[in-house]
Amino acid sequence: MTTKSNAQAIGEKQAQHPLDDLLRTDRIPHIWCPGCGIGTAFAATLTAIKDSGLDLGHTAMVSGIGCSGRGAGYAKLDSYHTTHGRAIPFATGLKLANPKLNVVVFSGDGDLFAIGGNHFIHAARRNMDLTVICVNNLNYGMTGGQVAATTPHLAKTTTTPVGNPESPFNLPLLAYASGATFIARWTIMHGRDMVESLTEALLHRGFSFVEILSPCPINYGRRNKEKPLETLKLYEEKSIIKNNANPLEITLDAEKGIVLGNFYKESRPSCIESYDRTCRPDFLEQSS
Amino acid sequence: MNFWRVPLDAQDVSVARGIVHIIEDRCKGCGYCIAYCPKEVLAFSDRFNKKGYHPPYARRPEECVNCHYCEILCPEFAIFTELDPSCPQAKELESDKQPGQSN
Repeated sequence: MTTKSNAQAIGEKQAQHPLDDLLRTDRIPHIWCPGCGIGTAFAATLTAIKDSGLDLGHTAMVSGIGCSGRGAGYAKLDSYHTTHGRAIPFATGLKLANPKLNVVVFSGDGDLFAIGGNHFIHAARRNMDLTVICVNNLNYGMTGGQVAATTPHLAKTTTTPVGNPESPFNLPLLAYASGATFIARWTIMHGRDMVESLTEALLHRGFSFVEILSPCPINYGRRNKEKPLETLKLYEEKSIIKNNANPLEITLDAEKGIVLGNFYKESRPSCIESYDRTCRPDFLEQSS
Repeated sequence: MNFWRVPLDAQDVSVARGIVHIIEDRCKGCGYCIAYCPKEVLAFSDRFNKKGYHPPYARRPEECVNCHYCEILCPEFAIFTELDPSCPQAKELESDKQPGQSN
């Protein structure tokens, strides 16, 4: 074994991970805990950016505050780490100022749906041409595991030691009701499906939303007796893949099942197209 | 892999061979790659890396079929596989590539 490991060690020094060209490698290893799924979701996002063939010079990544919010800092793209909850308004501004830019929002559930909830529903309503990737780990991981808008009923967190008395948001259903035009949900276990779905979301014109379920072993898992591998096992056993499922039936429940898939796709004029058509038809004629 | 029934064309199908690369100092020892490798190639090593975790090592490197699942699942960008250049698939790929390149 020693000779093999030596040979491996020599090989490793030269070895370069296929995603290293999209990573700020001087910042790797990242801050995410052992067993945290954000790294997988982030790798899938980078792979999808590569696969989609987008011009990397015209692609920007925006994220808010939280564990997933660190994503923007690790991507070797134009990226911006905004204030808490304001990733979508910042991205909207970026897109309006430079409509040629492909804007990816990579953030967490607390950032996008609690403090940033209003921004999300209005960007979806306007069909702003953004790709929103939400890593859902069911709690506020970075601040110590407090209850969030996505924590399941009766789950234990720092602030709900006897169980969460409230009901969580169903994110894809919320996105559907708000008017998003591409909606999907995957877990980090479903790597290839997730990359395909993210690629489709990146190439979709209009507001695309992908929820990625990820374990949070240190804060959520520890209080709910779930080791990281047990969470993956749960995803493996309980997930039901139903593409084009009725948005009312996409449950996220350890007992009823975790429904995954590309749920909805629609083509509708995006915010900028609609604005130009309505408010400045002359400009459209000039530019065409 | 364990089949409940051996596929009829199992003899005719040639399986790709891969090489596992592990960037040990990035590993945080979550064990996802070890638990989910379909060919059970990987195992925890006894060594420690810079951060004090036990990185995986290729216990049965000849079993790797280059499925890339460890690479997809790893949250740390610490493991990846590539096609073994000496296996038949790599040669096929090469011969497929050449006419494409001349175009």
